Amino acid sequence: MYNLTGLELKNPTILAAGVLGTTGASLCRVAREGGAGAVVTKSIGPAPKTGHSNPSMIKLDCGFLNAMGLPNPSYPGFLQELEFAKNNSAVPVIASIFGGAPSEFAEVAEGLLPAKPDALELNVSCPHAEGYGAAVGSNPCLVEAVTAAVKDVVNVPVWVKLTPNVADITCIGNAAESGGADAVVAINTVKGMAIDIESGYPVLGNRSGGLSGKAVKPVAVKCVYDLYTALEIPVIGVGGVSSWEDAVELMMAGAAAVQVGSAVYDRVDIFSEIGAGIEAFLERKGYSDIQKIIGLSHEMV
Amino acid sequence: MLPLNVTITQITEESPLVRTFFFDHRFEDMDPGQFVMVWVRGVDEVPMGLSRNNSITVQKVGEATSKLFELKEGDSFGLRGPFGKGFTLPSRGEKVLLIAGGVGAAPLSPYAEAASAAGAEVHTILGARSAGDLLFEWRFEALGDIYASTDDGSKGVKGFVTDVLKGLDVAAYDRIAVCGPEIMMASVFRLLEERKVLEKAEFSLHRYFKCGIGVCGACCIDLSGLRVCKDGPVFSGIQLLGSELGKYSRDASGRRIKI
Repeated sequence: MYNLTGLELKNPTILAAGVLGTTGASLCRVAREGGAGAVVTKSIGPAPKTGHSNPSMIKLDCGFLNAMGLPNPSYPGFLQELEFAKNNSAVPVIASIFGGAPSEFAEVAEGLLPAKPDALELNVSCPHAEGYGAAVGSNPCLVEAVTAAVKDVVNVPVWVKLTPNVADITCIGNAAESGGADAVVAINTVKGMAIDIESGYPVLGNRSGGLSGKAVKPVAVKCVYDLYTALEIPVIGVGGVSSWEDAVELMMAGAAAVQVGSAVYDRVDIFSEIGAGIEAFLERKGYSDIQKIIGLSHEMV
Repeated sequence: MLPLNVTITQITEESPLVRTFFFDHRFEDMDPGQFVMVWVRGVDEVPMGLSRNNSITVQKVGEATSKLFELKEGDSFGLRGPFGKGFTLPSRGEKVLLIAGGVGAAPLSPYAEAASAAGAEVHTILGARSAGDLLFEWRFEALGDIYASTDDGSKGVKGFVTDVLKGLDVAAYDRIAVCGPEIMMASVFRLLEERKVLEKAEFSLHRYFKCGIGVCGACCIDLSGLRVCKDGPVFSGIQLLGSELGKYSRDASGRRIKI
């Protein structure tokens, strides 16, 4: 077992927010069949949202572009899904939440507490939802206030998911830490866009969106590397992980655990595969435990 | 994949609210039952079953399909796919029963033709509101026995496909493929469950799709958590035991809506 901000994980892989997390049954499937050490829900907000019009996600040669637009049934509508996941997944369930202001974050956090989420992940990093996500997460004062507001009303660990679409991610990471965050999660998607040259139309319904998958892994490695140096609290790495090698790389940059999102496109049981790959790697290299590789690259040069 | 740009080569009016759009691309390796994401630029992108490897058959139901109905031959739209899991092809000599309701006949028609070409005997129960709505009747008729049912009794049995099904010996069939409105599919499901032939049956589900490629999770069904866009849209009867089929689906926000 592996401890992350007080949660017990069977392996250091976690389902990322916004992926296969709309229903409790889906979260359970990722935990049971997929082998994830923990699962994060779809981001839940104060009111029902249908999200952006389609196309909302497209596969590119280098990764994926998405502009879902935070579709969610609102916290009252999600309680039964969260309860189902908690009762049937056998792994920690982290609720991802969003809002437009500290008070809204606190309202959603409190509203989900009856379903007993094991932790909360604050989405201050979605790059394509006006007034939410990165609109909040680009402002360090607001990030600190949002984090503090949620910490005030819950007794579970609070993780803050950061956007790479800022001049200095460590400044935002520091704000989250000052607000009392138990961990930061880096990175959310990188702003991107695709245009259909036959018609001239932007492909995504929202015109632009966020890039995930292979293309963003080097961005994630750099952000995690910098955050590891700047912060005392754990950094959870996410961005372009689709193999155990990617996971190990993020861990050597400083990630205490790794989230996987887009790679479920290839296979749902990617989590088991990555977990087993990390174990085999540790054994082959003679590392007594996983802690030995977390932040290792910082000691090399 | 970025959406493929296709041009409409022909539009066929199947009934006042159903049209077939032929386009200038053939999905040669499509499995019958697979779907494409149809991008009506500037409006929306919606899933549609392929009614041939170069056509979609569309019922006018919402904003995107209404906009599609405004398009003429020579106009273009975007297509991604084919996606998802189609129907299982029968072996030579097998007997296949198709149960189609309304526009559900669209994905079953290429399956009927592929099954027949594979050497299977194909029978069809085709249901609709009235005689003029019996979609692709001529395509199914050309392959084998066909039993019609209409709500108003204007053709075949007055009633539902299940009224025809009750009178058939389902045990005589090796495979049963079902597609239609969910209430119809749920009735068929219950009947096949009673007759203990669910393991022979496959159902094509429709749910609200966002990404269409198995990542976002908007279309996952209870209690299995399977994705309709990637693990389906065609599921075996066994996979659907104890599922939400006929009970509820989810809207774009993820809220449950009663069927």
